[in-house]
Amino acid sequence: MFDTAMTANDLLFLLKGAGMTLAVTGVSVAAGTLMGVIFGVIRVQIGPWWAAPLTFLLDIFRSVPLLIQLVLGNAFQSIAKLGWAPFTTSCVILSLYTAAYCTEIVRGAIDSVPPTTRRAARSLGMTWAQDMRFIVAPLATRIALPSWIGLTLGVMKDSSLVLWLGLIELLRASQVLVTRLQEPLFILSICGLIYFLLSFPIARLGGYLEKRWSPND
Amino acid sequence: MIEIQNVRKSFGSLEVLKGIDLTVQKGEVVTVIGGSGSGKSTLLTCINGLEPIDSGRILVDGTEVHAKATNLNKLRQKIGIVFQQWNAFPHLTVLENVMLAPRKVLGMAKSEAEAMAVKQLTHVGLADKLKTYPSRMSGGQQQRMAIARALAMSPDYMLFDEVTSALDPQLVGEVLDTLRMLASEGMTMICVTHEMKFAREVSDRVAFFHKGVMAEIAAPAELFGAPKDPELQKFLAATH
Ligand SMILES: Nc1ncnc2c1ncn2[C@@H]1O[C@H](COP(=O)(O)OP(=O)(O)OP(=O)(O)O)[C@@H](O)[C@H]1O
Ligand SMILES: [Mg+2]
Repeated sequence: MFDTAMTANDLLFLLKGAGMTLAVTGVSVAAGTLMGVIFGVIRVQIGPWWAAPLTFLLDIFRSVPLLIQLVLGNAFQSIAKLGWAPFTTSCVILSLYTAAYCTEIVRGAIDSVPPTTRRAARSLGMTWAQDMRFIVAPLATRIALPSWIGLTLGVMKDSSLVLWLGLIELLRASQVLVTRLQEPLFILSICGLIYFLLSFPIARLGGYLEKRWSPND
Repeated sequence: MIEIQNVRKSFGSLEVLKGIDLTVQKGEVVTVIGGSGSGKSTLLTCINGLEPIDSGRILVDGTEVHAKATNLNKLRQKIGIVFQQWNAFPHLTVLENVMLAPRKVLGMAKSEAEAMAVKQLTHVGLADKLKTYPSRMSGGQQQRMAIARALAMSPDYMLFDEVTSALDPQLVGEVLDTLRMLASEGMTMICVTHEMKFAREVSDRVAFFHKGVMAEIAAPAELFGAPKDPELQKFLAATH
């Protein structure tokens, strides 16, 4: 049906790009989520006033377009002679970008746990840490999950911008093939399909967990 | 023994407790009545150190609650408190709700904590609900679960803050019966309540709070039969 010049090697090239997309996304979401949880807890603990500098910093990462952050971040690392590879720079910037959004998700989720429930936990002699671990964490995770899944899927798509630093991820790989083979519709369809196949399990996992937890609430 | 000595407490410019003195002996049941905003809930949350106080002191078995050196987490293990809102942990089953603190706070083994939880849940009449999630139970059942959860820590004192006032009228009886049972077993209790009949039956002494002051305290027969404080007379006239 399709008369295409695309070879198995080209497909492999695309899949390697997809691997890069996954790697950048995986590292950034993992590191960004970890930082987001830490910042989110700090944000709740010390209150909005003391957290203002942190909130301001994170607001910058949330409001400046990611592309500009990547280009500036790359310029910064070269001026500062950090000697970071494009992959490192990309992961650092994307992690901070993810952390900025994740902090807000975590803060909102912690705030959604009723203070009276937490007071009941403390009344039983639980320490702050025990309350956080056994009451707040499970309840907040349920609240945060849908937004966090959305964030992860968004970061996966946004990660295509790292091609500006010269990384050959999925979108860049498709562009290379389009230029060479001149079959944009076919190649971009495959590219889109791969993005879908990468995202679908994450979205489904979210749906599954939501369903599993919901009868308990 | 709980000793409350000249305790004062303000929220901002509002003085909520204006020098409260009250001693509750082991095995005694004291109920606290009074109008809305008179400081009843605040007093209970001060007793287990959830709220700081401005002056005076509160001693529980001789330990000063608000002293810096006091380990509040330790102290709270012997003071159970149940609130108007039942505050179930919604992600845990009834059994897990009751087992959590004995396991994590007291460090009980799982089997031991489970035995304790089953015992307390049976005690409050929830033996058939062990695997149920709180959201599937009535308010009265959730409130009894909260009582069992506090009892599973084997507290020496129990504080109850209007535990029936968020319940539908037909569910009040089952929770009051649970409190009566505890009282008859000799538990030391301070109950804030609007249920005058209950206060009359179950209390050794009844305290009347008015605007941050303990205006009168006496045995129920005396307090209800011959109230001296004019505000108390008004209050009783209004609740009958
Ligand atoms: N955390 C708080 N911050 C500010 N004000 C508070 C706080 N908690 C209680 N108050 C105020 O303190 C006063 C006493 O409150 P408290 O809850 O002790 O009254 P109460 O006797 O339990 O009343 P009720 O019968 O309505 O429960 C009220 O005027 C209340 O608005
Ligand atoms: Mg109250």
